[in-house]
Amino acid sequence: MMQMFLHPILRLVPDNTKIRFMRGRFLGLMVSAVLSTSSIVLFFYPGLNLGIDFKGGVVIQAETPGTADFSHLRAALAAAGLGGAGLQRLGSPDKVMISLEAQRTDAATDAAVQRIGTALQKAAPGTRILGTSAIGASVSAELFQKGLLALGLSLLMILVYIWFRFEWEFAVGAVVTLILDMTKAIGFLVITRIQFDLVMVAAILTILGYSTNDKVVVYDRVRENLRKYKSLPLRELIDLSINETLSRTVGTSTTVFLAALPLALFGGASLSGFAWVMLFGIVVGTSSSIFIAAPILLFLGEHRLRQDARAAPRPAKSRG
Amino acid sequence: MMFFTRAKMALIFGICALGILLSVPNLVSAPAPWMPWRHLRLGLDLQGGSYLLLQMDIDSVVHEQLGNTLDSVRTTLLHAGTGYHSLALDPAHDRVLVTPREPADLDAVQAALAKMAAGEVAPGGAPELSVSALPTGQVAVTLSRPALEARAAAAIQQSIEIVRRRLDGTGVVDPQIAQEGAARIMVQLPGISDPNRIKQLLGRTAHLTFHLIDQTVNPASGGPPPPGDEFLPVQGAPGQRLAVFQRVDVDGANLTDAEAGQDPQTGQWVVNFTFDSVGAQEFGDITRANVGRPFAIVLDNQVISAPVIREPILGGRGQISGNFTAQSATDLALLLRAGALPAPLTVVEQQTVGPELGADAIRAGTISLAVGFVLVIVFMGAFYGLFGWLANIALVMNLIILMALLSVLQATLTLPGMAGILLTLGMAVDANILINERIREETRLGQRPLAAMETGFKRAYGTIIDSNATTLLAHVMLFIFGTGPVRGFAITITLGIVSTLFTATLFARLLMARWYVAIRPAALPV
Repeated sequence: MMQMFLHPILRLVPDNTKIRFMRGRFLGLMVSAVLSTSSIVLFFYPGLNLGIDFKGGVVIQAETPGTADFSHLRAALAAAGLGGAGLQRLGSPDKVMISLEAQRTDAATDAAVQRIGTALQKAAPGTRILGTSAIGASVSAELFQKGLLALGLSLLMILVYIWFRFEWEFAVGAVVTLILDMTKAIGFLVITRIQFDLVMVAAILTILGYSTNDKVVVYDRVRENLRKYKSLPLRELIDLSINETLSRTVGTSTTVFLAALPLALFGGASLSGFAWVMLFGIVVGTSSSIFIAAPILLFLGEHRLRQDARAAPRPAKSRG
Repeated sequence: MMFFTRAKMALIFGICALGILLSVPNLVSAPAPWMPWRHLRLGLDLQGGSYLLLQMDIDSVVHEQLGNTLDSVRTTLLHAGTGYHSLALDPAHDRVLVTPREPADLDAVQAALAKMAAGEVAPGGAPELSVSALPTGQVAVTLSRPALEARAAAAIQQSIEIVRRRLDGTGVVDPQIAQEGAARIMVQLPGISDPNRIKQLLGRTAHLTFHLIDQTVNPASGGPPPPGDEFLPVQGAPGQRLAVFQRVDVDGANLTDAEAGQDPQTGQWVVNFTFDSVGAQEFGDITRANVGRPFAIVLDNQVISAPVIREPILGGRGQISGNFTAQSATDLALLLRAGALPAPLTVVEQQTVGPELGADAIRAGTISLAVGFVLVIVFMGAFYGLFGWLANIALVMNLIILMALLSVLQATLTLPGMAGILLTLGMAVDANILINERIREETRLGQRPLAAMETGFKRAYGTIIDSNATTLLAHVMLFIFGTGPVRGFAITITLGIVSTLFTATLFARLLMARWYVAIRPAALPV
C-alpha cells in the first residue's frame, strides 16, 4: 500500500528518448505557416464574433412565466421600436436572451435597456430580468483599444525579458512563435464563433504566458547544453535538449490541460469559451515549442551560437 | 539547498500557519463584529448586483464656464463704460468674442478685459483667461486649457461626492464609488438587481433655482422670449410653458435640509426645505418685495411649482408642492439634500447580475475548481509518487495562501478569477514537475540521493523564475488595461505566482528535506 504512494505508478514518457525532432522542422514550419495564414484570412473574412465588450450593445437575460412565446415577444419588441433586437433561447424554455446592437449615442443605449424591460413586461407580465449588460459604443471602442494594447505590450515585455535573459536569437524565436500561436488562436475563435471579448483577451494572454513558459524551459536547456557540449552540432544539441525536457513538457501540458478541462465542461456559458481557447492554446503552445521555436533558433543560431563556441570557448554567461 | 536552519524552518512554517489563520475566516461567519475578520470579497458577477459607469459631460462644464465668462465680460465693459457692438460665444475655440462699437475703442476694451482677467484664477492657481486682439478687430477672451482641465477635475471630484451622498440616502449597503479615467465615475451596488431607481437618481442634475415670473409675457403667443426672460416647460402639464426671468433669485445651493412630508391640510406629498442664513436672507427679501406675485420653483430647467407669494417668508423655511407621490417627494428631498451635480452624468456602461445568475456562477466555478484540483492531485500522485504527494501538500498550501492573500488584500474574486485560481494550480505544479524531472535525471546519471535533490533544485530554480516572470509580466499588463471581472483574473494569477514561488519551491523543498532527514533513504523513489 505504501509502495503505491511512494513510487510513481505511471510514466508519461520513457527515459532517454532520442526522437530527432529537427528532422521534422520543415514540415512543422509548413503546417504552422498554412494554419496561421488561413487564420489571418479568417480574421478578415468572416472575422471575429465580437462580444458586447468590444462592439457595444445590450444583452438582457430574462425569465418569462411559463414557456416563452417568441413570436409574441418579437412583436412586442418591434412595437416598442426595437425591431433590430435578437431573441435566443437560454437553456430552459422559459429563459430568453435579448440582444441589441449599440445605439447611436450612449444615452440611447442606456434608454434601450429600459425600453426592452417595459416591452417584456407588456408582452409577458411577470417576466423577471435575470441579468443585464449594456455598453455604449464609446466605451466599447475604448475597451477594444485597451485589449489590443494589453496584448501588444505583453508581447513586447516578453520579448525584452527573454532578450535580457538569453541571446537575441532566443527572443526572436520565442516572439515569432508566440505571434504564430496567437494567430492560430484567433483562427480557432473565428471557426468556433466563440465571442471575442475581454475574457478572451485574458485567455489569449494566458496562452501566451503558458507558451512562453514552455519555450523558456526548452531554451534554458539549450543554453545549458551549449556550455556542456562544446562541439556538438546545434541541430543535435537542440534535439537532445528537447528530448531531455520532453517528460516535463508533457507533464506540465497535461496538468494545465486537466485544470482547464473542467472549466470547459462545467464552467457555464461565460467560462466554457475561455476554457476551450485555453485547451486549444495548450496543445498549440506545447507543439510550437518543439516544431517552431526550436527550428527558428536552429536557423538563426546555426552559425552564430556554435561558431562562437568553437572559435574561442567564451566564458559561460552566468545565470542570475 | 537541502539544509534549513532552525530559524528558516520556523519562518516557513510560520508563513504557512499565518496563511491558514487568515484563510479560515472564509469557512465560517464572523464570531464578533469587532474582530478583524476578513472574508473574500466577491465580485458582482458572483454575489449579484449592479455596476454602473457614468460619464460626466465635460462639454457642459466648458459651456457653463464660457457662459460665466460672457457675463463677466458684459459686466466689466458696462462698468468700464466702453460699449460693444456684439458679444458672442465661440465654443469651438473656448472663447468669447467682443466687437467694440468703434475700432478706436479696441485698446480700451482690451485693457479693461485684461484687468478683469488678472483677477480670475482657476482652482490650482493657473491663470484662467487670456485676452488678445484679433486681426478682425475683435477682442478674444480665451479660457485656458489647463484651467478648464482643473475645472473639469474639480467637477468630477464634486460629482463623486454628490453621487456618494445620493447613494447614502438610498440605503444601498456598501456601495463602491471610484473615479475611472478623467471624466468617468464607476459605481458598484452589491445586491441591487434592479438599478433603475438609482439610475434615475444619479441621472438628474437636480439644480434647483427660484425665479420670479414675468406676468407681462404670454409664451403661448409665439415668438422668442424677450431679453432676460426664458420660457420653461411645466412639469405635469405637457405643452404648457411659463415665462420666467432668467435671473436666479435664490439658488438651491443655499439649502441646508430637505424632507419629504405630507401637507397637514390637503394630505398631499410635499418637500419641506430649509435655507442657510444667506439663502434665508435672499428668500426673505424677495418674498417681502413680491407679495401677491407668483414665483417659479425650477428644477433642471423645468418648472415644478409656481405658487403665489402670500406673505413674506422670513424664517428660511419653505415648501414645494407639485403633484408628488410619496416616492417622488422622497427622491426629490434626497436629491436636494445631496446637492446638484456640476454637470450631467450619462450611464455609458451597466452590468446587472441577478441573485440566481450569481449563484449559478458560484456553482459553476466551485465545481470546476474542485474537479480540476482533484485531477491535478491524482495526476501528480500517480506520475511522481512520493515527491508528487509532497508537491500536492504544497499545492493545498498554495490554495490556502492564495485565499489568505485575496482575503487580506480584499482583492475582488470574480468568475474569471476562479478560473485564474484553477490555472494557477495547474501551472504551480510545473515548478514541482521541473524539480522532480531534474532530480530523476540526476539520479539516472548516478548521483547519490542528497546530491541529486540538491542539484535538481538548484538547476530547476532559474527556469522556474524565468517562466513565472514572463507570465507575471503578461498579467500585470492585463491588470493595468483590463476592467471588471478580467481584472479579477489578472489579480488571482498574479497573486497565484507569488504564492506558487513560495509553496512550490521553498515549502516543497522543506518537506522533501524533512522527509530525507527522517528516512535517510538509500535510493530516491523517482
